[in-house]
Amino acid sequence: MALRNPSSFLNPLMFFVISISLFPIAISPNAETLSTLAPGIIWVITMLSVLLSLNTLFHYDFDNGVLEQMIMSHHSLSLILLAKTLAHWILSGLPIIILSPFLGMALFLDSQSINILIVTLIIATPCLSLIGSIGASLVVGIKNSGMLLSLLILPLYIPILIFSTSAVSHAQSNLAIDGQLYFLGFILIMSLIIAPFLSALSLKISLD
Amino acid sequence: MSKLKVNNLSCQKGYNLLFENLSFEINSGEALRVSGPNGSGKTSLLRIIAGLSSFETGQIDYDSYKLNSEKYKLDFLYLGHLASLSPELTCIENLKYSSLLEGESIEIDYSLALQHVGLENYENDLVGTLSAGQKKRIALSLLFISQSKVWLLDEPFSALDSNAIRIIEKRIDEHCNNGGICIFTTHQECNIKNLKEISL
Repeated sequence: MALRNPSSFLNPLMFFVISISLFPIAISPNAETLSTLAPGIIWVITMLSVLLSLNTLFHYDFDNGVLEQMIMSHHSLSLILLAKTLAHWILSGLPIIILSPFLGMALFLDSQSINILIVTLIIATPCLSLIGSIGASLVVGIKNSGMLLSLLILPLYIPILIFSTSAVSHAQSNLAIDGQLYFLGFILIMSLIIAPFLSALSLKISLD
Repeated sequence: MSKLKVNNLSCQKGYNLLFENLSFEINSGEALRVSGPNGSGKTSLLRIIAGLSSFETGQIDYDSYKLNSEKYKLDFLYLGHLASLSPELTCIENLKYSSLLEGESIEIDYSLALQHVGLENYENDLVGTLSAGQKKRIALSLLFISQSKVWLLDEPFSALDSNAIRIIEKRIDEHCNNGGICIFTTHQECNIKNLKEISL
């Protein structure tokens, strides 16, 4: 479906690439400055581009009445939503993971830090989609809900941002990063367990 | 023989009391037409029976199944006034998706279902390119696939031409003759046997 309407996933991806490419021009082409800022820049832009794509997660299905059929289905709504969230991650998180080594190089990240950046993205971008699905299901019936969605979801993204950027920064200084990765892994497992149920519940409330 | 029994149902939206103490009973083989002015709660009633909306008081019994249980959902087909079709998918893909959600077998002749509603040449056309009436026909072609016993149809005849209306009326008759139940809302006169009516 997304391939037939590519703008739905290409727009956030273009935002990701263009925003990161602008930083060397806006701040300084100096390698030391950019490599210090790189973990924060890449992770903040990742979060914002996932947030941009979340608006479309349930919006079209709500407008077309397909969400009602999902709720009426005898299949578990949580599982259907988990599948939808996985599809969202494949279209929003996965391309970011694939592009991140190139953008990391553009910001003068060393190869070890790029590896850690990829690991944090692999663990944490599914969390962004999962946690985001809860917010998206809560605001599904509200017009122009982008700002409300950001207010709901961004505070929940903060721990992911802290642990991810901290892991990459520590890798740059050759410090241990086990703790940060364990925390990100914990957030991923908790999101996998809780998010589909909460999304299903909030979707039923939104459509009531 | 299945029986759907609605007892003392009341529904309120915001500060608006749509209906209260609504009771009716419908047996397999019967159709029920829900009529009433705009905003009287016809759609709300169907959504409540479908398990999509909550209600203030009352009880809904369908055989021994609990409202919203897996078996309850398996026996119910709800077609809302939105066509429930994705514009990026073709007619056949939409039918496959809907019938999978409904829990039907994937070994179904979808082309035949489209043929019944006169859209046999549109199998691979994207739904987004079709007219409102054609979309409605595709949504209603699910009636030729569905194995559900209770059909809840919200304004099934809107946007349809007289020929399509006759086809759907005939299909509802067939469904009831096979022991099914159909509850639908409409403002139009219709020609369906074993028809009960309630007005909100």
